[in-house]
This record gives sequence, C-alpha cells and structure tokens, in this order.
Amino acid sequence: MVSEFSDAPEAETAALALKILVAGGFGAGKTTLVGAVSEIRPLRTEELLSEAGQCVDDTDGVDQKVTTTVAMDFGRITIRSGLSLYLFGTPGQDRFWFLWDELSQGALGAVVLADTRRLEDCFPAVDYFEHRRIPFVVAVNCFAGARAYGAHDVSRALDLDRGTPVVLCDARDRDSGKEVLIRLVEYAGRMHTARLLDSVS
Amino acid sequence: MTEDRTDVEQRPGSQWYDHEAGPLVRPYAMTGGRTRPGPAGVRFDLIALVSLEAGAPDVDDPTSLGPEHRALLDLCRIETQSVAELAAGTDLPVGVVRVLVGDLLELGHVRVSRPVPPAQLPDERILREVIAGLRAL
Repeated sequence: MVSEFSDAPEAETAALALKILVAGGFGAGKTTLVGAVSEIRPLRTEELLSEAGQCVDDTDGVDQKVTTTVAMDFGRITIRSGLSLYLFGTPGQDRFWFLWDELSQGALGAVVLADTRRLEDCFPAVDYFEHRRIPFVVAVNCFAGARAYGAHDVSRALDLDRGTPVVLCDARDRDSGKEVLIRLVEYAGRMHTARLLDSVS
Repeated sequence: MTEDRTDVEQRPGSQWYDHEAGPLVRPYAMTGGRTRPGPAGVRFDLIALVSLEAGAPDVDDPTSLGPEHRALLDLCRIETQSVAELAAGTDLPVGVVRVLVGDLLELGHVRVSRPVPPAQLPDERILREVIAGLRAL
C-alpha cells in the first residue's frame, strides 16, 4: 500500500502506532468493547466508498462508484508517549467487506466478538482472518441471559484452527476488555515468532 | 490527475474532476477535486501519525492553505494525531483528509510516520511493552 512511500529516513524515536481490529456480527458488542478500553470517547470516521474501492482487488459485486459513506468507530490506548494502540470496529455489513482489506493492512491482530445466541454471525470474520493469516482471538461476549458455553465448546463450534484463543468476556467491562487485548497481543507475538522460525527452516 | 476525461460530460464547469473521481462527490470540493494526495501518490494508513514539522513555513501565508488545512494543523499542534483522529476531529471523510495531509506534507508543514510494515511488525520488545502497558491501565 505505502511501500513506495519515500521520505526522509525515519528517526529511531519515530512514534509508533499499532492497529487492532474488532470484528463480529451486528450487535455483538464491537463499539461497546472499543469504548470500554479506549482512553478517548470512541470516535467516528467516515470513508467514501467510491474512493476506498479503488485500491482493493476483491470488489466483486461492489459497485465502485457508489458514493455513500460508511462509518467506522475507533478508539485509542496510549501505552507511553510515542507508542499507542488503535482499535477499529469493522463495519458490520457484508457490503463493506472491502474496507476490511484496508483496515487489516498492517494490523497487529483482531478480536472477533461472538454472541453465543448467534454464533453464526461471526463465521465470516473468522474465515476472513484465518484466510489472511491475521492473528485473532475469539472473545465470547457473555450477554446476560445467554446460555453459558465453555471456551472449548465455542472453539469446536467455530471449527477454529488449533491454538486460536477463545476468551470469555464482558465487552462493557474495561478489565475484561483489557484481558482480551492482552491475550491477543500475546498470541500475535507467538504467531509471529512461529512464522519467523518457519521462514528460517 | 489523469487526462482520462472521456466519460466525463464536457459541460462548462465540469472539467475539474476526472474519470477516476467517479461521480461528483461534494467533500472533494475541499481538495480542488483531487481524490489522491499529491504527486507522490501516497495513500496514508488510518493510523499513519501526523505531527507538526519543526521549522515549518509560516502558516499565515494565505495563498497555499485553506481553512481545512489550518484546522488539521491546529489539531496536530495539540498533539501528534493519526489520520483517523484527524478525520474525526475535523468531521471530514478520511479520503479528503488524506489529500489535505498530502498537501501539508509537500509544503513541509507536517511529517507523517508510517505504521510499521507487517513483516517486521511485532518487535518482541514492543509487544512486551504493550502487554505491560495494558496490564497497568
């Protein structure tokens, strides 16, 4: 995407931003989770669809000349001065899928929020990240009134690749959200190391 | 800007946007109809960080900067901002902000740091720092 970008050599101290996506079906709690852990009120940005559609390959069935906008919620966590984490809620509707390609470019990883009452809603997100080999964790949002399932049941029901973490969470709760992110960052680190070793051998 | 205007109806006043721009999109009036940043053709990531360039040219020069450019600079003056934050802060679509930030970069008002390429993404030290930082929240 920006590989041809040539500017002055970047200083060692250049600010660093990492991107984490929050995906899942409609109403699974994406914006809630972003809001719970973000230090800023979740912000909303709009993307013009006609413009976004130009840079991706898989826009079959998407009219590239549509000029409506799609909103994305995002939040920020500052780890320290010069190192921050940005969380982007992915647009839920299928017709905005091509936006995911841009969002996932360079992403550290993703959280797929699952609602056990509508587990099938998160299948597309699971497929998406598995195919692109983007590290993700499944966070089961434990809605009140939903039947409790164990992480193992969810893992089996989603037919997850071995090792993909499943975390039970409450998307409204800051500590719970933090825990989900920690699990994701740990897992992303393990995946990355494993790939480095693969490429060496 | 491309010269491909074959599909564009040649009415007076319609020439400033081209085939690539698709149908007329009002927000791009703020960019003079440009949908991509300057000659470099850079597409800034949503989390590309924009900060004020030390020793930037005088912003009071009224010829080069529009009100939206100034609004972006004002936000960057407070603290380094991501492209996404700038879009939310100015209530402009991301595509428009990308073009305007491209202008500011070319004019030497800002510097833009790219996110780390995915291949070298999780430096172990950084990830540990992130995990510790999250725990400490």
